[in-house]
Amino acid sequence: MMKDRSDIAIEFVHVDYAVNETRAIIADLNLEIRSHEILILLGRSGSGKTTTLKLINCLLSPTRGEVRVEGRNTQQWNPIQLRRRIGYAVQEVGLFPHYTVEGNVALIPKMEGWDKRRIEQRTTEILSLVGLPNEQFARRYPHELSGGQRQRVGLARALAADPPILLMDEPFGALDPLTRAEMQREFKLLQNRLGTTVVFVTHDVTEALLLGDRIVLMDGGASVGAFTPEEFVRSSNENVKAYVEIYRSSSQMLNE
Amino acid sequence: MSFLQFILKHRLEITTRSLEHIRLVLWSMMFSIVIGIPLGVLLARHPRLRAVILGTNNVIQTIPSLALFGLLLPIPWLGVRADRLTITALTLYALLPIVRNTYTGISGVDPSVLEVATGMGLTPRQILWHVEVPLAFPVLLGGVRVATVITIGVATIAAAIGAGGLGEFIFRGLAMVDNNVILAGAVPAALMALLADGSIGLLQRGARWRRR
Repeated sequence: MMKDRSDIAIEFVHVDYAVNETRAIIADLNLEIRSHEILILLGRSGSGKTTTLKLINCLLSPTRGEVRVEGRNTQQWNPIQLRRRIGYAVQEVGLFPHYTVEGNVALIPKMEGWDKRRIEQRTTEILSLVGLPNEQFARRYPHELSGGQRQRVGLARALAADPPILLMDEPFGALDPLTRAEMQREFKLLQNRLGTTVVFVTHDVTEALLLGDRIVLMDGGASVGAFTPEEFVRSSNENVKAYVEIYRSSSQMLNE
Repeated sequence: MSFLQFILKHRLEITTRSLEHIRLVLWSMMFSIVIGIPLGVLLARHPRLRAVILGTNNVIQTIPSLALFGLLLPIPWLGVRADRLTITALTLYALLPIVRNTYTGISGVDPSVLEVATGMGLTPRQILWHVEVPLAFPVLLGGVRVATVITIGVATIAAAIGAGGLGEFIFRGLAMVDNNVILAGAVPAALMALLADGSIGLLQRGARWRRR
């Protein structure tokens, strides 16, 4: 039976990525990311999570194999057009320090040539969507914001041009636990509403279980497997078990 | 006659010479900025050119200004008019700080900011204008500041080849062994340099406020 390909937003087919011939960062990665899902890339540092993200928006090109976005090989996309269809939010850095909140958020719509009124409307809308009232925040500079607020602006900027796909690289990693929990909850609701396909990199197993529709555990540049949170918790895979163990012991400590 | 009396008596000529001086400096700065900033950006993009471009500029910098005027004299179109020649020489001198600071500023932009900009779908040109140049601006302005001060100083030599400016007083004063005449050229030139340094410095601080 033929599978319906239109559900697949992003696909990795036997992808290798190596800096030079000896050092492979991604080795034979196969992955299907479905439209409208939050797919978590979970793994320790150096497992190739961030590299996987960068292969999607063509910041890196695979040395072997194919990455397909919306059915088309990324190498055949115009990289600028491809990237404008993909929101990109990363930890901490990334906001332009010389632009106000408004300037940061409006940048891509501006480059896309939207007219002024539409940009203003969109900026107001998207800022309120991430919980930053326009009147209060639009004219501030990134250094005048708290870490959580900056992260919200990063998210608003990534979503500004209404991209069908969103890549997030540990977006909540630098936040304090309370703010992080708040952002996670809000983000989940927001994604439900917008239906954006999200690829989310984290090393935090709790975050993965909370946010993910599916979790891909990465190890040594390849996928150990894709699991729903339920499957993940029950999996008998040794690698997965190690993560679940951490999760259990931390929640157990809380219960005792 | 005291220095003040001397100044008052010759205020008309001092004003004229000052304006000549400013004109030479402004033209030279305009050319050196228009040439120097793109050169600096080019350097930041192709570090291999660094040795060639910065080296050439360094060599130019070591040529004594009087000698540089002499060297340029035989060049057909340039040698015809003293101000053309002066502006060319001053432009060459002002180039080094501008090129070097542009290069330093642009290559000092945080690579992770550039990567995010690329990942967002900005073209290299958009990244240059919307990210690199604004972030490098204070450093870039620092280069313009140094270059302006140097140019105001060196422009006094222009009088030696008859291009006018405040140097007229200095050379005349030297010939007449009259301190008042020398100072009538040197003091306004020094004030001009201080003023330029201060005001560009202020601009620089303004540009920095927007950052962290």
